[in-house]
Amino acid sequence: METKSIMIVGVGGQGTLLASRLLGAVLLSQNYDVKVSEVHGMSQRGGSVVTYVRYGEKVHSPIIQKGQADLILAFEQLEAARWLPYLKVGGKIIANNQKIDPMPVITGAATYPEGVLDAVRGTGADLTEIDALSLAVKAGSAKAVNVVLLGVMASHMDIAYDVWTDAIRKTVPEKFLEMNLKAFNYGYHYSK
Amino acid sequence: MSKQLLIGNEAVARGLYEAGLRVASSYPGTPSTEITECIAKYDDVYSEWAPNEKVAMEVAAGAAISGARSFCGMKHVGLNVAADPLFTASYTGINAGMVIAVADDPGMHSSQNEQDSRHYAKASKTMMLEPSDSEECLQFAKLAFTLSEQFDTPVILRLSTRVAHSRGLVEVGERVDNGLKEYKKDPMKYVMMPGMAIKKHVVVEQRVLDQTSWAETAPINTVEMNDTKIGVITAGISYTYAKEALGDKASYLKLGCVYPLPVQLIKDFAAKCDKVYVLEELDPFIEEHCRQNGVEVIGKEAFTLQGEYSQSLIARVILGKEDKSLATDLEIPARPPVLCAGCPHRGLYYALKKLNVMVSGDIGCYTLGALAPIGMMDTCICMGASVSALHGRNQANPENAKKSVAVIGDSTFMHSGVTGLIDIAYNQSNSTVIILDNSITGMTGHQDNPTTGKTIKGDPTTAVSLELLAKAVGIDHVRVVDPYNLEECERVIREEVERDAPSVVISRRPCALLKYVKHKPPMHVNTDKCVGCKMCMKIGCPAISMKDKKSVIDFTQCVGCAVCSQLCKFDAIEEGE
Repeated sequence: METKSIMIVGVGGQGTLLASRLLGAVLLSQNYDVKVSEVHGMSQRGGSVVTYVRYGEKVHSPIIQKGQADLILAFEQLEAARWLPYLKVGGKIIANNQKIDPMPVITGAATYPEGVLDAVRGTGADLTEIDALSLAVKAGSAKAVNVVLLGVMASHMDIAYDVWTDAIRKTVPEKFLEMNLKAFNYGYHYSK
Repeated sequence: MSKQLLIGNEAVARGLYEAGLRVASSYPGTPSTEITECIAKYDDVYSEWAPNEKVAMEVAAGAAISGARSFCGMKHVGLNVAADPLFTASYTGINAGMVIAVADDPGMHSSQNEQDSRHYAKASKTMMLEPSDSEECLQFAKLAFTLSEQFDTPVILRLSTRVAHSRGLVEVGERVDNGLKEYKKDPMKYVMMPGMAIKKHVVVEQRVLDQTSWAETAPINTVEMNDTKIGVITAGISYTYAKEALGDKASYLKLGCVYPLPVQLIKDFAAKCDKVYVLEELDPFIEEHCRQNGVEVIGKEAFTLQGEYSQSLIARVILGKEDKSLATDLEIPARPPVLCAGCPHRGLYYALKKLNVMVSGDIGCYTLGALAPIGMMDTCICMGASVSALHGRNQANPENAKKSVAVIGDSTFMHSGVTGLIDIAYNQSNSTVIILDNSITGMTGHQDNPTTGKTIKGDPTTAVSLELLAKAVGIDHVRVVDPYNLEECERVIREEVERDAPSVVISRRPCALLKYVKHKPPMHVNTDKCVGCKMCMKIGCPAISMKDKKSVIDFTQCVGCAVCSQLCKFDAIEEGE
């Protein structure tokens, strides 16, 4: 099979790293060759963050460039638009409709554009929009946004439900497990 | 054994461990930090955080000479600090193997410059290996110990951000520990005075020749012949980009050993290809070697000295191919990193802003105070420079002392700030140094340091008292403030800046992200009282924004530090329940 490329993008602190780790564990369990490229350090402090996940028979490069992602999972509206150029023509983008003002907007040096996700859809991109924060709160914690979104993504991939929940069981600490499984389930059944 | 999905740094740690590593000493630095964090999980290896990279390398050298396989790890700029021991450890050689990992940061994801560490290998005549993925990180780490002992030299493992922080499949194996090697007193080998060093230099030059011969047929320098119209000479992460972009359309010479470089192997490969490209990030290190040996190659003139390479860059330059992509026509505001909600540095910076002082800055989370809307940093050069550069400024013009301060974190102060403070005390410089003590090494992801009272393994240990240390070096005026208290910060710093004597202010409050820090419930805005004056937004807290001309606080981010409420003249920001 040809190598598949997934990007997870968001704002530092939103839990994108956990989502990419879970995805990596799931792909590993399916016997794919996998590469995951993370960014640590300064970029994590509330900046725009991106993780690249690539899998297939043999993966060379760990990074994804413009026009190469089969799927983008965006944790925030503006980040969906920022990274859209990385989507392959005909690719899928899943976007959380949460808005987090970047510092230039907070200081008044820039404005948060209106109708961001409409603009994304307007390019012809195959967009699924979701209010993952509400579902996360419903599951028990605003912090579970990442697992809700992972659930939505899982529903668009050809890997069994139990494989995902097994990975969550192995990764998430016991006391948050039930909440995370609930969050994943909400996400998984969102678009079905 | 099973396959695991490890980042390059974890794989390096695993390789070192399997090869019988016994002593590891490092100073954290992105993107190298996780190597030593992972080593710390192995109970049969002694590991530690050292105060800086020079100390770390000396610990590793001492351990290696004494018969234990040893390691030190650092980011590229850390090798500048450790360069002194490196150049002479290259002369003394080792006894048991010694491996140094240095992680470059092309693209500067988290660094202050883009230097290419390979020059250090050449300058110090130290062998350097460069893995291209996690599996090679493990294999090369093991091999580095073997080569270190075979050639009696420290061996450098060069990583880059994408190798260090990318996960890939790794086959892990068992640890083989051959125990301590015997130490024999040998001043001709281990004491570097002119008489001994002159003799050792001859040995070093012969060693480079021997290593070059080894490199001609080394199993980690691999040739892969496909279509010979395009030949690629490459190393490290660039190899993976080249394979992705060119596949079977090119032939490859992949150099696992980047110093010393083979000569005949390169000549033979180039002779078989119509056109030869050198693909390497940063400086034309391999390219210049090729040219020096009369091999015609295409390199930096077609690519770039700046930032990272990628499969797209290579496909565009060599094949003239570009991927199509979509884009909105929105103007998308940048999202630079910021000080976290509840970060103790924020209150301190606000006090500095009110005092309108010049700020001599340093390396850490608090460097983010240079960005809008805080904008309270004038200079930032390297680890520790805030303190010594402030002293220089105040000597350039003594008037500066009344309107300038240095800011430096607890870990950075331990690293190399204290030497600058000694200079200030010794030369009676009228300077004010503010130590931002957040009880942790923050930016690199929470490592303990000599001030935290905990070792790398989390065990309790003695803690350096910043107050006593400052007093011991000769600073008579040492005061402690709480950065969540804006009035106190402003008052104390004003008094110390005005004082005609050296002084230290310790701004003390643990990092808001530390697990043991208890957060208060999120603050909220009483919309009846809020007049929308935006006063609370002057501190640049990412949790505060404006909606319908009133301030709102994001409950998912706010940790209830209440710094914003001290700015509100209308008491509109209230504590949560």
